[in-house]
Amino acid sequence: MQGLIQQVLNALQLGSVYALIALGYTMVYGIITLINFAHGDIFMVSTYVAFFVGTAVISRALHLPGIVVFILTMLATMFATALLAVLIERFAYKPLRQAPRVSAVITALGVGLFLENFTLATIGPDPRFLPKFFPVVTFTWSGVAFSNIQIIIIAVSAVVMLLLDTIVRRTMVGMAMRAVSWDKFTAPLMGVPVDRIISITFALGASIAAIGGMLFGMVYTIDPYMGIRIGWWAFISAVVGGIGNIRGAMLGGFILGFVEIFTPVILPASTYRDFVAFSLLLVLLVFRPYGILGRPVAQKV
Amino acid sequence: MNALRAFWNRVRLFYESWPPLLRRLFVPALLVLFFILALVLPQAGVLNLYQQQVLIYVGINIILAASLNLVNGYMGEFSVGHAGFMAVGAYVASILTVWAFPRWGLGEYIPYLFPVALLLGGAAAGLTGLVVAFPSFRTRGDYLAIVTLAWNMIVKSVLENIDAIGGPRGFMGMQKLTTVAWVYVWVVVTIYLLRNLVYSNYGRGILSIREDEIASSLVSVDTRKVKITTFVVASFFAGIAGGLFAHIIQFINPRSFSILKSTDVLVMVYLGGIGSLGGSILGATVYTVLLELLRPLQVWRWVVGPLLLVLLMIFRPRGIMGMREWRFLVPREERSQAIASIKEHIRRKREAAAPVPVGGSSD
Amino acid sequence: MPLLRIRGLTHFFGGLRAVHDFNLDQEPGELIGIIGPNGAGKTTVFNLITGVYRPTEGEIFFNGHNLVGKRPDQIVSLGIARTFQTIRLFKNLSVLDNVRIAHFARTRYEVPAAMFRMPNYLREEAEVRERALELLDLMGLADQAEWVASSLPYGLQRRLEIARALACEPRLLLLDEPAAGMNPGEIAELMELIRWIRQQFDLTIILIEHQMRVVMGICERIKVLDFGETIAEGTPAEIQSNPRVIEAYLGEEAI
Repeated sequence: MQGLIQQVLNALQLGSVYALIALGYTMVYGIITLINFAHGDIFMVSTYVAFFVGTAVISRALHLPGIVVFILTMLATMFATALLAVLIERFAYKPLRQAPRVSAVITALGVGLFLENFTLATIGPDPRFLPKFFPVVTFTWSGVAFSNIQIIIIAVSAVVMLLLDTIVRRTMVGMAMRAVSWDKFTAPLMGVPVDRIISITFALGASIAAIGGMLFGMVYTIDPYMGIRIGWWAFISAVVGGIGNIRGAMLGGFILGFVEIFTPVILPASTYRDFVAFSLLLVLLVFRPYGILGRPVAQKV
Repeated sequence: MNALRAFWNRVRLFYESWPPLLRRLFVPALLVLFFILALVLPQAGVLNLYQQQVLIYVGINIILAASLNLVNGYMGEFSVGHAGFMAVGAYVASILTVWAFPRWGLGEYIPYLFPVALLLGGAAAGLTGLVVAFPSFRTRGDYLAIVTLAWNMIVKSVLENIDAIGGPRGFMGMQKLTTVAWVYVWVVVTIYLLRNLVYSNYGRGILSIREDEIASSLVSVDTRKVKITTFVVASFFAGIAGGLFAHIIQFINPRSFSILKSTDVLVMVYLGGIGSLGGSILGATVYTVLLELLRPLQVWRWVVGPLLLVLLMIFRPRGIMGMREWRFLVPREERSQAIASIKEHIRRKREAAAPVPVGGSSD
Repeated sequence: MPLLRIRGLTHFFGGLRAVHDFNLDQEPGELIGIIGPNGAGKTTVFNLITGVYRPTEGEIFFNGHNLVGKRPDQIVSLGIARTFQTIRLFKNLSVLDNVRIAHFARTRYEVPAAMFRMPNYLREEAEVRERALELLDLMGLADQAEWVASSLPYGLQRRLEIARALACEPRLLLLDEPAAGMNPGEIAELMELIRWIRQQFDLTIILIEHQMRVVMGICERIKVLDFGETIAEGTPAEIQSNPRVIEAYLGEEAI
C-alpha cells in the first residue's frame, strides 16, 4: 500500500511536468492548428538557460536565500525561453501561415532538430545537474517518503495550471485567444490583433514549458536529447487529452505520468514504456482521434 | 543559369535530331552502360571503398526518398515514420541471411539468395504498412502524421525489447553483400516500378487524394484501396532499402532507425521536390553528397539538415523539381507527341462520321 | 418504375434539421430542378444521395439499389455522378488526368499489372486515354488536354467539371449550381450544353440552381425547398404562380 502511494506521488510529480509542457503544444495547436514539434526542444533549451542562469546567480551569490535565487532564475528562464519561442514563430512559422499546413509542420520538425543539434554542437552531450536551490528535506509520513522538492513541483504546477485556466477563461487576452482560435478570419475584423495574440500564445506556452524545465531539472539530469525524450511524452499527453484543449493537456500529462511510472510495475522492464505510451497513442488516434476531451471537427463539403 | 539552359536546349535539339529507333534505345542503353560501370569500376579499383560506400548510400537514399514521395508528395499525406518500415526490412533481411539461410543449409548460397532476403524484408515491411494504412481511412493530416510517428517509435521500442535480436545492443554478423551494382539494380527497379504505378489509374487515384479526397471519392476512386496500395508499396521499398542498408554497414541497432533517420528522408523528399521521382533522385543525391562534403564540420553538420529543411519550406516549399518530371521518366505513351497523335486520330474519326457540333446548337 | 426513388429523407446536423421528409420519384430521362433560398438544404440532398453524408432517416433507391450506407465511390459506380457548387477540380493535375480519374472504378487491371506494365494494363490504359480524349474533344476541351486544370478560364473549369462527371458514365447526373458566377452569355451557352449532353448521353438530371432563367428554361419539374422542407412541386408554370413560392423565394428575387 505504501509502495503504491509512493508510486502515485512519483507519477504526479512526473505528470505535472508533462502537463506543463503539454500545455504549450496544445495552446499553439489551438490557436494556429500547428503541431509545434519544436516545443519539446524549446523546453530542453529552457533547462539549459536555467542551468547557466542559476549557476551564474549562485556563484556571484550575494548570499541570497534559496527561494529568491530560485524565483530570479525562473523569471529569467521564462523570459529567455519566451523570447526564443516568439523569434521562432516570427521567423520560421509566420512566413508559412498561408502555405499548406504540412509545410509548417515540417518546419517545426526542422526547428526542433536544429535546436537539438545546435545545443549538442555547442554544449555537448554530457548530462548536467541544475544547481541546488534548496537543501533537500525528506519527510516520512506513515511509511511514505516525500521530499520538499516533490511538493514544490506538484504545488507550482497546480498553481500555474489554475492560473492559465483563469487567464484563458476570464481575461481579455484569453478571450482574444479563443476568438483567434475560433475564427482567424473574423477575429481581426472585431479588432483582435491576431499577430500579437499568436505571439503571446507562443510566449505563454514557452514560459510555462520553462517552469516545467526548471522543476524537471531539480530532480533529473538534463541533456540535449531530452527535448525528444520528454518532449514526445508531453506531446502524447496533449494528443491523448485532446490537442487544442487546455484541460485535456493537463489530464493527458497526468495519464502519461502514470503510464511511465506504472509500466515497470506491471511489465517486466521499464524499456517497455515507450512501447506502451506510443501504442496507447496509436490506439486512441484510431478510435478517438480528437482525444479524450477534444471535440471532432466536421468536414465541410 | 541561362547559359546552362541554353546548353541543355542544344543537347536536346541534338537528341531530337536522332532517328526514332536510336532515341528509343538511348535510355535503356545508358542504363545498361551504367550497370556495367557499376560492376566494373569497383572491381578495377577505380572507385575506392569510401567512394563506393557513398554511392551505395546515395542509392539507398534514392529508394527511401522515392518511396516516401509516393506518400508525402503524390498522396499529400504527411508520413514521418519511414525509418520504421526501413527497420522492419533491415531486421528481417538480416535475420534471414545471418540465421535462417545457414540453418536451412543454404549457407553457401547466401550471396545468390540476397535478393530473396531483400524481397522478404520488403514484403514484411509492406505488410506492416497496413498498420498505418488502416488508420489513414479515418485520420488525416496532422493526426496521421502522429500515427506514423507513433509507429516509428513503436518499431524502435519493440526492437529494443526483443533480446533475441540483440535488443538495444543491435544485430550483427551480416556479410557485406550490398555492392554498388546491386544497389544500382534496385534503384532502377524501384524507380521503374514506381513510375509505372504513378502513371496508371491507381497513380492518378493517389494524386486525386492529394488534390481533394472527397471529390476523388465522388468520381469513383476507392480511396481505401488507393491508400492501402500507397502505404504498402511505399513501405515495401523502404524495407528493401533497409535490407540493403543492413548489408553494407553490417551492424544495425534500433537507434539507426529513429525519427532522425525519417527526418533525413523527409529532407531529401522536400529538397528534391514533391510529386516527382526525378526530384527524389536529385534530392537524395544532393543531400547525401552534401552531408559527406560537410564531414569535416563534425557535429555541426547535423545542424545543416534541419536548417536546410526550414529554409526550404519557407523559400521553396515544392523543392527543386516540385511536381515536374524528367522527360525520360515519363512513359512514352504519356508524352505530348503521343497525346497529340491520339487527338489527331480522334479528329479524323469524327470528321469521317457525321460532324458533331461542339458544345450544343444541335437542335 | 422510377430510376431514383427517395422516401422520407431527413438529415440533422447536430440539432439543426437541414432536410426534412424529402420525397422524389424521378423517371429515366427526366430533368428535375431543385430551387430554394440559401441554406434550404439543396446541396445536403445531393450529399445524401451521393453518400457523403449518411441520412438520419429515409430511403434512397437508385435503379433498385439501396444507396443508404454505401460509400460515395460505390454509389458513383452504380451510375450517379455530380458536380460541385464551388468548383472542385483536381487543380494541379492536367485536364486529361482530371477526366481519366473518373475511370477508376472501371479499372480491371490490378496494381502489380500496372507496375510491371502487363499487356492488359497497356491495353486498358490506351483505351482510357482515347476515351478521355474523345470526351474532351466532344466537350470542346481537347486543345487544353495537357493544361493544368487551374490554368483554365472559369467557364472552361465549369465545363471540365461536367466533363469529369460524364466520364463516370452516369445514368443520373447531379448538377449543383452550374451557372454560379457566370455572365448571361455563358449561361445561355451552359443551357445549350445541358440540353445537348442530356440527349447525347441519354441522361437523367437533377439540377440545383439559383438562376431562375436556367431552371425555368430547361426543367420539366421543379421542387422548391425552404428550411429543409419541400414547400412546392410542379411544372415551371405552376411554380411561378405558387403563392408560397413567391413568398419564400421569388418574392425576394422579383424585388
